Amino acid sequence: MVPFDILVAVCLAYVCILFLVAFVAERRAERGKAGWLRSPIVYTLSLSIYCTAWTFYGAVGYAARSGLEFVTIYLGPTLVLIGWWAFLRKLVRIGQAHRVTSIADLISARYGKSNLLGVVVTLIAVVGATPYIALQLQSVTLSFGVFASGTPEGWALPDQSATALWVAGGLTLFTILFGTRNLDANERHHGVVMAIALEAVVKLVALLAVGIFTVWGLSGGWQGVAERIAASPIAELPLVPGRWMGLTFVSAAAFVTLPRMFQVMVVENSDERHLATASWAFPLYLFLMSLFVLPIAAVGLARMPAGANPDLFVLTLPLAEGQGKLAMLAFLGGFSSATSMVIVAAIALATMVSNHVVTPLWLSLRAGGARAPGDVRGLVLMSRRVSIAGILALGYIYYSLSGGSAALASIGLISFVGVAQILPAMIGGIFWRGATGKGAMAGLLTGFSVWLYSLYLPSFGDSGLISPHILADGPWGIGWLRPHALFGIERLDPLLHALFWSVALNAFGFVAVSLASFPGPVERMQGLAYVNVFDDDPGARAWSRGGAETEDLLTMAQGIIGATEAQAFFEAEARRQGVAGYLPDASPDFINRLERRLAGAVGSATAHAMVAQFAEGAAVSAQDLMAVASEAQQILEYSTQLEAKSEELARTARQLSEANDKLRDLSVQKDAFLSQISHELRTPMTSIRAFSEILMDPELPAQMAAHYAGVIQEEAVRLTRLLDDLLDLSVLENRKVQLSIRAENLHDLIDRALRSASNTRAERVFVIHRDQATEHVPVITDTDRLVQVFINLISNARKYCDAERPELTIAVRRRGARLTVDFIDNGSGIPKKSQSLIFEKFSRLTDTQRAGGAGLGLAICREILVNLGGTIHYLPGQGGAAFRVSLPLRPQSAGATAAGDRETA
Amino acid sequence: MARKVLLIEDEPHIAEAIRFILSRDGWTVASHATGHAALDAVRRERPDALVLDVILPGRGGIELLGDLKDDPALAAIPVLVLSANSRERGRAEAAGADRFIAKPFANDEIVAALREVAGP
Repeated sequence: MVPFDILVAVCLAYVCILFLVAFVAERRAERGKAGWLRSPIVYTLSLSIYCTAWTFYGAVGYAARSGLEFVTIYLGPTLVLIGWWAFLRKLVRIGQAHRVTSIADLISARYGKSNLLGVVVTLIAVVGATPYIALQLQSVTLSFGVFASGTPEGWALPDQSATALWVAGGLTLFTILFGTRNLDANERHHGVVMAIALEAVVKLVALLAVGIFTVWGLSGGWQGVAERIAASPIAELPLVPGRWMGLTFVSAAAFVTLPRMFQVMVVENSDERHLATASWAFPLYLFLMSLFVLPIAAVGLARMPAGANPDLFVLTLPLAEGQGKLAMLAFLGGFSSATSMVIVAAIALATMVSNHVVTPLWLSLRAGGARAPGDVRGLVLMSRRVSIAGILALGYIYYSLSGGSAALASIGLISFVGVAQILPAMIGGIFWRGATGKGAMAGLLTGFSVWLYSLYLPSFGDSGLISPHILADGPWGIGWLRPHALFGIERLDPLLHALFWSVALNAFGFVAVSLASFPGPVERMQGLAYVNVFDDDPGARAWSRGGAETEDLLTMAQGIIGATEAQAFFEAEARRQGVAGYLPDASPDFINRLERRLAGAVGSATAHAMVAQFAEGAAVSAQDLMAVASEAQQILEYSTQLEAKSEELARTARQLSEANDKLRDLSVQKDAFLSQISHELRTPMTSIRAFSEILMDPELPAQMAAHYAGVIQEEAVRLTRLLDDLLDLSVLENRKVQLSIRAENLHDLIDRALRSASNTRAERVFVIHRDQATEHVPVITDTDRLVQVFINLISNARKYCDAERPELTIAVRRRGARLTVDFIDNGSGIPKKSQSLIFEKFSRLTDTQRAGGAGLGLAICREILVNLGGTIHYLPGQGGAAFRVSLPLRPQSAGATAAGDRETA
Repeated sequence: MARKVLLIEDEPHIAEAIRFILSRDGWTVASHATGHAALDAVRRERPDALVLDVILPGRGGIELLGDLKDDPALAAIPVLVLSANSRERGRAEAAGADRFIAKPFANDEIVAALREVAGP
């Protein structure tokens, strides 16, 4: 007999060893030395969480009560694994490609990332797992009871409920410490997987040890056992084909839909080739686990006192035979089975609850309040811990409500049927593109409701939630709604009845609603990606670094930065690597540069994620990536078009605005010009009119009359000159001037200009300096116009030079084919700020009394020189006002020449 | 005693014509060609009326008008504004001109207008 306190101490020591294993494994994984952690054997052993305390203890009880039927529980998973390439491989591939974190995530992501579906799957999983967790509590409680009471009738322990509470609390703490030590981005728990692999070995060794003891220690070999089985009541139990088929189906379904199985099989899977190993290794494991079930049951029935619980034979048989150490091993085996199941199930369920219920709820509650990632991390960890506690609490409540007395196997089967409701949506999701979220929702809700009504609620029995009268007569006395006889189908086994109706109605609802509804765009894309996950075979690409990988990178890059750019980039990279003409090798260096290039187009995070998927060798859903790429390309093209359009619009608007400004300027200039002309014309007109009226007075003295007539004449000349200037300027500005080109000596032209300028009244002595020798240059141009310019400049000097003794220097110089003539006086010159204005129309700088003109002279000079192919500038810093006329010695402009030729011909 | 009018006009021929016309009507006419000279003259001589051209070298006629109307001692002197640009009328009246006459004008027009603003 093992004392109870030693038992507790052994349990604690065992847990400490598990912690140590998990800790070491995690540390190794963190340092990238996962190595043997990723061996297919560890993967296979981790699958053994399928064998819970129910299988460890319950299978023997099952066999004692129902004979060989217990085999169906092992048969289902075996069939699934043997046919792994048909279903499991696809499931694992999808799980990796889409980074699926749980079965709820799988379903929700497949059907348009609908969180509502995620919530429903989570609900089903939590409700379905509750009896299962209760089962573990029950078995651990019972096994403790066996030791505590010291009698084989452990289940008669008086304070059973308190023990169960302690067990639940301990498991909660254990799971929280194990499963939420840190938050893994990809939801992989290397430490936990390692610990459960160890536990798998412990439970197998324990069961084999008890079996060997039973066969060889108590029965004298296989022969004796066979005789005992034949003699026991087990041999007389009939085989029910319906139950066999139903149970095989439901255990196969549960094997893939149980959240904890999905966790170890899909989420924790690091390499889908492990499935190939597991396909033979796990059935072998199951075979070994089931090998001694029947012998232990038969021997137990024969040797144990009547009324002993067959669910505990594994433990009580060695105890009864005085094998304390063997019993301890058996106890540890059962403890392992229970703890590993609870840990993984709670982790898987907590992930689902926190991802699909708590986090969305929290985010919507604090909508708008963006928080730092650290906060979310803390929130997720906290929500997982609370979820784990909540799930175990539910298990404990179920255990208390159901009375803790139902046979282990039947509790387990209730869970199996519950989670099997996820199967239609799962299979449809990965094999049928037409499956829709609405269909999945309809199927899940129908199946779940039927299961609740016909199996789950009645399982609470008399203490339960459904009154016995409903069970017997149906709600409101409607017979065909009786939970165990739906639609009038009676006398069927309640389990099979519930299984049949829930799965049939579920599948029917799923298919019918899917056919009647249309998938949304995300759903369509996800459906394609799930169903065709193998079309893009990552084997060749992801695990090698050959040409195929580069090709895919090129395809992706083309989607992002455009075909031409991508091509050019890859060609340049190939040249850099010295393999011009071929695709470049996907070296880390190259991938880095590619990533930087892509980051320019889609941002660094997206670029990194996309490149990393290819470069790290993770299985990629190409459809998904390409969809992103093509979307990005479309958005880019669209925005480029928009940009071009808006640029064009902006350009047009700018041009319009410029044209408008120009027009407005022109209009303002025109108004100013007209106003100026008007003023210039009205001024002499005013004098003329006033004096005309004065002259009409007959009494005006003749002398005065003559003077006023002179004024009228003078103003009339001024008026005429102004009109001539305006017409001249207009013709010159419009380039409509007829030039008369002639060859003449420059000296003669200057002479003529000086003569003409001195015709105006000379008020002062004006000294002209000339260098006659340099002036004898023949020029071919419109000489009359050139003389007009000279006259203007000489007159200006005479009018405006403010020197005491005014002088004007005329200097001629030949510069190659051009000629310059400078006119420099000795006055104070033109102020700097006005120098740029003097060639504009009406830019008279001083008062009119001395100027006598309208301010058009220099404007006309400039226009004349433009017509002659020359220029006129003000020369600053020459002492006085200085102008330089520059023109070609002969005409250069074709137009001017042509016009001139006609004139001279 | 003959009343005094101050003429500010930069065009010599126009100034000559107006001087003749107003003298004939009995005014004593003093004339100036720039705004600066005119303002000093107004302060000094206190004329009974002003005939003011808009476009002047240096300070323009409208600005000069503004200075006069701002000075309480001078604001009461009636002002006749002349301009070759009829669009100046609004600006001149806003600045306080008592009468605006566009160039070219009829001689009687000036005489009548001056009598009117300065009283008979």
